[in-house]
Amino acid sequence: MHSLITEGDAMTAGAASGMASLAWLLVALPLLGAAVLLLGGRRTDKVGPALATGLSWASFGVGVLVIVQLLGQDAAQRAHHLTLWNWVPAGSFQLDLGMLVDPLSVAFVMLITFVGSLIHVYSLGYMEHDPDKRRFFAYLNLFVAAMLLLVLADSYLLLFVGWEGVGLASYLLIGFWNHNPAYATAANKAFFVNRVGDLGLSIAIMTMFVTFGGVDYATVNEGVGGANQATLTAIGLLLLVGACGKSAQFPLQSWLGDAMAGPTPVSALIHAATMVTAGVYLVVRSHVIFDAAPDAALAVAIVGAITLLFGAVVGCAKDDIKKALAASTMSQIGYMMLAAGLGPVGYAFAIFHLLTHGFFKAGMFLGAGSVMHGMNDQVNMRRFGSLSGAMKVTWATFGLGWLAILGVPPFSGFWSKDKIIEAAFVGEGWKPWVLGGAALVGAGVTAFYMSRLFFMTFHGEKRWTDDVHPHESPKIMTVPMMVLAGGSAFLGLLLAWPFAETAPIVSWLSPVVGEHGEEHPVLAVPVLMTLTLVFVAVGIFLAWRRYWSEEVPEVAPRGSVLTRAARVDLYQDAVNEGLFMRPGVHLTRSLVFADAKGIDGAAGGLAALVGGLSSRLRRLQTGYARSYALTMLTGVVAVLGALWVIQ
Amino acid sequence: MNSLPLLTVMMVVPVLGAVVVAALPAGSARLARPVALGASLVTLALAVAGWVAFDTGSDAMFQLTETHSWIPQFGVSYALGVDGIALALIVMATILTPVCLLAAWNDVDEAETGRLKRYFALMLVLEAFMVGVFAATDVFLFYVFFEAMLIPVYFLIGLYGGGRRQYAAMKFLLFSLAGGLVMLVSVIAVYFVGPGGDQGFLVEKLIGNLDGSEAALRWMFVGFFVAFAVKAPMWPVHTWLPDAATESRPATAVLLVGVLDKVGTYGMIRFCLQLFPEASQWATPVVITLAVVSVIYGALLAIGQKDMMRLIAFTSISHFGFIVLGIFAMTSVGGAGSTLYMVNHGFSTAGLFLLAGFLVTRHGSKMIPDYGGWQRVTPVLAGTFLVAGLSSLALPGLSSFVSEFLVLQGTYQRYRVAAVVAALGIVLAALYILLMYQRVMTGPKPAFPEDQAPPRDLSLRERWVVAPIIASFVVLGFYPKPVLDIINPAVDKTLQIIGVSDPQPAEASGSAQ
Repeated sequence: MHSLITEGDAMTAGAASGMASLAWLLVALPLLGAAVLLLGGRRTDKVGPALATGLSWASFGVGVLVIVQLLGQDAAQRAHHLTLWNWVPAGSFQLDLGMLVDPLSVAFVMLITFVGSLIHVYSLGYMEHDPDKRRFFAYLNLFVAAMLLLVLADSYLLLFVGWEGVGLASYLLIGFWNHNPAYATAANKAFFVNRVGDLGLSIAIMTMFVTFGGVDYATVNEGVGGANQATLTAIGLLLLVGACGKSAQFPLQSWLGDAMAGPTPVSALIHAATMVTAGVYLVVRSHVIFDAAPDAALAVAIVGAITLLFGAVVGCAKDDIKKALAASTMSQIGYMMLAAGLGPVGYAFAIFHLLTHGFFKAGMFLGAGSVMHGMNDQVNMRRFGSLSGAMKVTWATFGLGWLAILGVPPFSGFWSKDKIIEAAFVGEGWKPWVLGGAALVGAGVTAFYMSRLFFMTFHGEKRWTDDVHPHESPKIMTVPMMVLAGGSAFLGLLLAWPFAETAPIVSWLSPVVGEHGEEHPVLAVPVLMTLTLVFVAVGIFLAWRRYWSEEVPEVAPRGSVLTRAARVDLYQDAVNEGLFMRPGVHLTRSLVFADAKGIDGAAGGLAALVGGLSSRLRRLQTGYARSYALTMLTGVVAVLGALWVIQ
Repeated sequence: MNSLPLLTVMMVVPVLGAVVVAALPAGSARLARPVALGASLVTLALAVAGWVAFDTGSDAMFQLTETHSWIPQFGVSYALGVDGIALALIVMATILTPVCLLAAWNDVDEAETGRLKRYFALMLVLEAFMVGVFAATDVFLFYVFFEAMLIPVYFLIGLYGGGRRQYAAMKFLLFSLAGGLVMLVSVIAVYFVGPGGDQGFLVEKLIGNLDGSEAALRWMFVGFFVAFAVKAPMWPVHTWLPDAATESRPATAVLLVGVLDKVGTYGMIRFCLQLFPEASQWATPVVITLAVVSVIYGALLAIGQKDMMRLIAFTSISHFGFIVLGIFAMTSVGGAGSTLYMVNHGFSTAGLFLLAGFLVTRHGSKMIPDYGGWQRVTPVLAGTFLVAGLSSLALPGLSSFVSEFLVLQGTYQRYRVAAVVAALGIVLAALYILLMYQRVMTGPKPAFPEDQAPPRDLSLRERWVVAPIIASFVVLGFYPKPVLDIINPAVDKTLQIIGVSDPQPAEASGSAQ
C-alpha cells in the first residue's frame, strides 16, 4: 500500500515480517477469550478465569517475541506495517484496517500485556468468591484486546475503535456491581464524559480527512507539512479534547473519582496503568501535528499543568484510599500531558513516566485492594492505621510504590518525573517558570498526599472498626504485587540507565518521536534536582507530623475552605450539574411537553380530528376498510382519468 | 438478460405463502407460522441469489430488470430492477422478515385461529410490497406500492396493536395518505414534463429528461419530498411514528420503522435527487437544517421518554436525521454512509424493538420506571439489549459506527457547522441508551410474587431472533465492504446525475482554508 513516512525522522514502516506480521495475534488472543467467556455462558464458569488469564499471558508472549525481533533490528528498521483487510471503502473515503508495530506501540504492548496479565492473576484471588467472576474476566480480556487495538492501530479511525472499546470495557467494569445504583451511575458518568471527549476526537478525524484526504497516520503525517497553521492548531486542540476525556484531564476529569466504584483490579489496570494514559499516547502518536502547531502543544502543556495541581490538591483531602489514589493518577497523568505538550524535549519522558507510573500506581492500587481484602472492603483511611504489622508484604510493596511516586532516588519515579520537571523548565519567557513551577510544586504536594495516604494506612495508631481482623492476602494476590513493586524499584533505573550515553528509553523511542538537541533548563539541573528533593522532603515531613506522629481523628474535621473544596473535587460536579445537567433536564422536559401539546396538536388539530373520526369509525369497522379501499381506488382512477384526458 | 424474473418471484413467493396461510383449515392453523417462516426464508434465499448475480462492475443503472407494458396508454409499465441501494435494502428487508416472524411467533393466541392466520398472512403480504416498492423502476408502479403498503400495516397496527391501536393506526394512515396525495400530484406532473410515450413513467427515461420550468420542477420536488419526509419521518412531521411504534407489536414496529420508513429516505435518493437534481440543490439548505433539527430533537425527546417503545421510536427520528443529512450532503462518502446507515439502522432498531418486546412480554409493561435490576433476572436478555443499544449509539466496532461516521464525514466535507451540530447527537445517543439501560437493567434485583414463577431468560427461539441481528452488528462493523461495494457505484451514479463531484482535500489541492 502506501509508504509510511513519519516526518521529522527517517523511519519508514516496511511491510511487516517475522513476528511483527503476527501482531494481530496480540489483539486476537484476548478477544477470543472475551468471546468464549461471553458466548459460552455458564458452561465456561469453571475454566473461564484461567482461560482468560492464560490468553492474556499468551498475548504477552507474542509481545515479547515481537520486541525481541525489533531489538535485533537497526533502529531505523523497527517500524512494521501490517495491512489486514480493506475496511471502509466508501466513495472517496478509502481505509484499510492495519496495524503499526513500532517502538512506541510495542512499549505500550509490553506495559498492557505484562501489567494486564499480572492483574488477571491477582483477580483470580481477589474475585474468587464473586458469583459473576466469569463475566469479570471476559470484560478484562475485552479491555486488553481493545487497549492493544488502540495502540496498534495504523489509523485514527481504528484507534477510535480501540478508544471507545476501552471506554466500553471501563463502563462495564465500573458498573460491574451495578446492583448498587450509585455504581451504575458512576459507570454512566464515565461513559458520558468520555463521549464528550470522543466528540472532539471525531471532529478531529473528520478535519483530518478534509485536510489531508485520509485518516491513517502515514497520510496525515505526510500532509502536515503542506497544511495551514490554523487547521493544524484546530486538529491539535480537538485531539486534546479527546485526550482530556479519556485521560481525565481538566476540564473533563470529573468521572475518574467515581470510577473507583469498579472492583480494585480494574482501578489498577484501567483507571491507573493503561486506559487513562491513552490520551498521552494520542498526543505522542500525533507528535507530527503538535510539532507543527505549537499553540496546540502549549494548550496540552497547560492542561497538564492545571490537572497535575488539581489532582494533587484533591488528593490531599480524600479519606477514601481509592479516591486518593485516583486523584493521584489524574495528577500523574497531568505530568505526562505536560511533558507531551513540551514537544520533542518531552515526548520520550512522557512515555517513560507513563511506563514507570503504570508499574508503581498499579502496584499501589493492588496494595489498596489487598488492604480492603483484609479490612472487610473498607476504604476509609481514617479507620485504618498501623497495618504494617498485619500485612507485611502489602506494606513493603506499597512502600516501594510510595517511594517511586515520590521520586526518591534511586526508585523508578525519580528517573522519570525529574526528567519531566527538568524539561518543563526548558524554554523562554514565562513558560518555563510557570510550567516548571507547577511541576515542582506538584512534586511537593504529591509527596504530602502520598505520604499522608501511606502513613494513615500503614502507620500511626490503630483506628480500626471493631469487626475487622486484618490479615495478609493470599499468594496469588501478593506475588503480582511483588512483581510490580520490583518494577517500582528498578524499572526507572533500567530504562534511564545513567551509565549509558543516552537513556535506553530515549534511544528506543527517538526513531518515532524524533531526536532533540541539547537543551538547558533555565535553572541548572543540580539546582532543580535539589529543589525537587527539598520540596519532597517538606511534603513528607508535613504528612509525618499530621498523620503519623499526631493522632488522626476518626471523623474528618471540618477543615479549611480549601480542604472542603478539595474534598468535593473542587466543586467539579456542582459546576457540571449547574451548567449542563439541570438545564439539560429542563430542556428535555419542556420539549417532551411541547412535542405532545404543540407540534402534535398543531398538525391542524389533527389529533382531535382523528379521535373523533376513529371513534365514529370504530362503530363502522367493516365499513372503514371499504372506505379506505375506495379512497385508494378513487385516487388511482383520478390519475388514470387525468392521463386519459391528456392523451 | 435474466431468464428468471427474480424480483417478481421474490414478490410472488410471499404472496403465495400468504394465500396458503390464509387458506389453512382452522384445525391446522398452527401451521401458519412455519409456512410463513418457510416462505420468508425462500424469499431470503432468492434475495441472496440476487445479491450473487448482481454485477458491481456493470454500467447499467439497474440490474435484474424486468419491463412489461402495463397501461401503455398512460405510459405505465410494470418495470422492476435494482441498483446497489435498492438491492441492499431488499436484502435487509428479506432478512428482517423471517426474524420478525420468529419474534412474533407467540403474539397471537393459538386458539384464535382466524386472527393467527391473518396476522402471519399480513406480514407476508407486507414483505411482498416491501420488495416491490424498492424494486419498482417505474414512478407510477412505485406510487402504487407506496400506497398499497399502507394497507397491511394499517391492519397490523389496528387489529393486533395495543390499547390505543385504533388511534395510532388512523394517525399513521392519515399522515401517510396526506403525504401520498401530495406526491400523487407530482407523480402525474412528472409524466407531463417527461418525454411521454408508452414508457413515460420509467425512471431511466425520466432522468435528465424532465422539461419543465424551474419553478414547476421545484414544486414537483417538494411534492415528492413532503411524502418522503412524512414517511422517513423528519421533524416536524414525525408525530405519527412514536404512537404507531408504541401501539403496534414489536415485530410490526420493526418492519415499520426498520424497513418501511426507509422508503422515505430511499425515495429521496431515487426520486428527489435523481429526478430533480437542480431542485434538490436548491432545497439543500432547508433540508440539511431540518435533518440536523431531527437529529438533535429526536435525541432530546428520546432522553425524556418513559415508554420504552416511544423512546426507541424517537431514537429513530434522530437516526433518520443522520440518513437525510448524508443524502443531501451530496458527497460519495455521505451517500455511501447514508445507504449503509439505512441497512444498519434496520438491524439495530430491530434489536432494540424486539428485545424490548421480549421484556414487555415478561413483565407486561412498556414503562421504564416499572423496571430495574433486570440484569440480575434475565442476564442474556440484558446483555443482548445492551449490545443492541450500543449499536444504536454507534459504538465503534459495531456496524452503525461506520455508517454514522461516514455520514458525518461526508457532511463535514461540505457543511462543517451542520456536521458538528449533528455530531452532538453522538453524546445524546449515549444518554438515551445508557440511561434507559440503567433504569431498566441495573439496580437491586426486583422481588417477584412468590406464587408465580420468576421471569425466564431468553428462550431458544428468542435467541435465534437475536443472533442474526447481533452478528450483523459485528460483521458489518469490521467488514462492511460487501455492502459498500454494491452501494458505491449507485452513489457515484447519483452524484453524476446531479452533476456534483467530491470536494478535494484542502492540503492536496494546495489551497489551505
